[in-house]
Amino acid sequence: MSQTTTTKAAAGTADWLDERLGLSRSVKGIARKVFPDHWSFMLGEVALYSFIILLISGTFLTLWYVPSMTLTTYEGAYAPLNGVEMSDAMASTLHISFDIRGGLLMRQIHHWSALLFIAAMAVHMFRVFFTGAFRKPRELNWILGVVLSLMGLGAGFTGYSLPDDLLSGNGLRIIDGVVKSIPVIGTYTSFFLFGGEFPGESIIPRLFIIHVLLIPGLILALIGAHVGLVALHKHTQYPGPGRTNGNVVGFPLMPVYMAKAGGFFFIVFGVVALVAATVQINPIWNYGPYDPSPVSAGTQPDWYIGWIDGGLRLMPGFTEFSLLGFTMSLNVLVPALIIPGVVTGVLIAYPFLEAWVTGDKREHHLLDRPRNAPTRTGLGVMAIVAYGIMWAAAGNDLMATAFGLSINDLTWLFRTGLFIAPPLALIITRRICLGLQRKDRELALHGHESGTIVRTAEGEFYEVHRPLTDTERWILVQHESPEPLELGSQVDSNGVDKPGARKERLRAKVSRFFFEQRVEPVTPTELAASHHDGSHEIIEPTPEHAAIEGSDRPTGHGHQPVGGS
Amino acid sequence: MTVDHPSRPTGSSEVAARHDALPDSFDNPGLPAHRHRMADTDPVAASRAERQVVGLFALSAAGTIFAMVAYFVWTPEGDFASIKSSTLGVGLGMALSLFALGVGAVHWAKTLMPDAEVVEERHALRGTEDERAAALEILRIGGEESGIGRRPLIRNSLLGALALFPLPGIVLLRDLGPLPGDVLTHTLWEEGVRLTRDPTGTRIKASEVTLGSVYHVIPEGLGDAEHPLEEKAKAAVLLVRMDRSNMVVNDPAREGWDVDGIYAYSKICTHVGCPVALYEQQTHHLLCPCHQSTFDVTQYCKVIFGPAKRPLPQLPITVDDEGYLVAQSDFTEPVGPSYWERGDR
Repeated sequence: MSQTTTTKAAAGTADWLDERLGLSRSVKGIARKVFPDHWSFMLGEVALYSFIILLISGTFLTLWYVPSMTLTTYEGAYAPLNGVEMSDAMASTLHISFDIRGGLLMRQIHHWSALLFIAAMAVHMFRVFFTGAFRKPRELNWILGVVLSLMGLGAGFTGYSLPDDLLSGNGLRIIDGVVKSIPVIGTYTSFFLFGGEFPGESIIPRLFIIHVLLIPGLILALIGAHVGLVALHKHTQYPGPGRTNGNVVGFPLMPVYMAKAGGFFFIVFGVVALVAATVQINPIWNYGPYDPSPVSAGTQPDWYIGWIDGGLRLMPGFTEFSLLGFTMSLNVLVPALIIPGVVTGVLIAYPFLEAWVTGDKREHHLLDRPRNAPTRTGLGVMAIVAYGIMWAAAGNDLMATAFGLSINDLTWLFRTGLFIAPPLALIITRRICLGLQRKDRELALHGHESGTIVRTAEGEFYEVHRPLTDTERWILVQHESPEPLELGSQVDSNGVDKPGARKERLRAKVSRFFFEQRVEPVTPTELAASHHDGSHEIIEPTPEHAAIEGSDRPTGHGHQPVGGS
Repeated sequence: MTVDHPSRPTGSSEVAARHDALPDSFDNPGLPAHRHRMADTDPVAASRAERQVVGLFALSAAGTIFAMVAYFVWTPEGDFASIKSSTLGVGLGMALSLFALGVGAVHWAKTLMPDAEVVEERHALRGTEDERAAALEILRIGGEESGIGRRPLIRNSLLGALALFPLPGIVLLRDLGPLPGDVLTHTLWEEGVRLTRDPTGTRIKASEVTLGSVYHVIPEGLGDAEHPLEEKAKAAVLLVRMDRSNMVVNDPAREGWDVDGIYAYSKICTHVGCPVALYEQQTHHLLCPCHQSTFDVTQYCKVIFGPAKRPLPQLPITVDDEGYLVAQSDFTEPVGPSYWERGDR
């Protein structure tokens, strides 16, 4: 009876909503939308969920945090700092940590999920890059992702500074130095940013409003667009039997994905809560309030700023110079602003660059296995290695103390490594990819090694290979292997370069770089030939096979396939 | 499948000739047959899965209650131990509550909800030719009705006005801060200002500064300045004493800037402004902990390693009648990180 009452109530509500919102149409359109299943598709979800955790925990923190640099004398639960002069921002952060129950937990949840947010975005970006998911029609969504990760960095940096402790204050001091290095407008920008000379009394409230309103608002809007485009394009899928460029195979949003994705949010939140409950992060009471004179040795920024800090450490000082009475601080400008700017530009341009090289104008909904795009994979690993070296360089002082090494030697090692290791990474990764492709070919052609050694009547030994099923083989042979661009005639009848010839030559050159080294996927012809030319599979001879094998068997070494004899 | 394979050379033309019946590429074998899970076929397994899900949800509820109890039981009292128990109690309760809820939902989806994969067809994103033509027509009519093409004056004046209207928004930001002026070239140091210890503010007698010692120094009266933090950010000084004979170079222009081997240098790094706070007594090197710029005191704090370019500015000091260290003047050049207008000063 209660069942019918509930059903009636639900039906009534649904009816009410549909007549006002046309909800039935949306439900019909969205609720059974199919999403493919793969663990790597959860990386973006982790980023989304950690952002939601950031919103929740951040709102909690704003209930007590005071974004002011007005000096006050700390009187609170944390005895060692009692009577110390500090800003309201620092005092209120201490208040949250020591007087508000659950306050320290929330601070730690907020900080840990911020680290996770940016890490998840980075790994999600790796996945999208290495699988070629950025290709048409998803180039715009790739750009949205790049902008989102920049916003993430901005959110992290602005939030990091808010407690106004010694560590973050020194971070701000570095920002001030970086801003001042900008040619022409740097000094003015610094004075406008800080409301006068560093540190001033304006920067914390300004960073606060950027951190809690501007950036989260933009991130929310961008996430809306990002996820909206995923729904519009339908999710990409990995190649596999039954999966084509024209379909999407997976589970419906309602109910499976609602349960899985909803559950996964709670799992991510649970893990963050567990880490926050057990692992201390940013103990500002150890650092004390900001003071321009002291500094703690072995200071480390949050991980995502590390590569820029590392770049600042590596860039040699001689790159600063004065000309006509003006100072150009390339030693600061290049690592802190130019390199990040160039990286952003390259990231945004990459989908278009690759499309230009391949000349491919088709839609791509099937993902590449990274090995099947050796040059792209190599470039990606090259970028990660370069990033990793700059990032590791930010820990050169800690490495020097931990391993008893000279910090100067380490710095030189990183400086040299930054130029040598990335190209090496490209070459090695490409070789590994090509090797894996050859292994795939080998497997597709000859099947699994069975471990069974058979002796023929003639006394010859061979290992029996178990051929792959069609389903097993498909993943190894489904991909394309683009060939390098053939350059047509570059000159017109008068022997003069055709318009655009130089551009075409460049394109052919880049295309050779991308596709010269290649391994073709196995074709049915090759497979048939390999069965025929004396491989050792157990083959139930289809009539076709029998015919091939019957027609002309090579003499001498042709092993009659066991099943076929 | 719209993917088309480029034609490729086969290993042997003879083989190719024999197999021209074969396609260029393999055909997609199609979805493999669905394999049922235990819970799909075995009612016992299904009800076991159901119990597991319910158990996880119950565990989650228990975690929630634990978190709330912990909130009231372990009250922070200002010491680390109580803060730790409070954080740990509430945090572990929340973690259990959230994690078990999530695992329960996922387990439910994986064991009991249908796991047969569904196929949905994709459709080209591009509109059909008819749709595109209709869209173009709509835009054309819109443009025509507005008359924007026929009345270029309206169009151009509109573009001009649109280009101008954000300008007040930029001008209004002018009062974000004062113009730099020459404040970056001055500090609180001037002739006769006493050197005092940071942070206590006690004066320093030259006789107290023993060989090999290092002092963190601020100008006397810093606390009474209008903006003490800003002043400190420029005026912080590091004082070291070493044997004068250690000096590798001698600059006649700086004759008399030290007091019997007591040298005062700006503590603000010329790279990006961190305090250069590490002094290696043996080598007379000053090291910035942020980016490892290394300054050699025996060469007037010349940069010998790292990303900084310029030496740390030296503060000329002397002793007053009472034997206290005092400044002879302000720094003779701007301290801290480089900036565009700094030039060769």
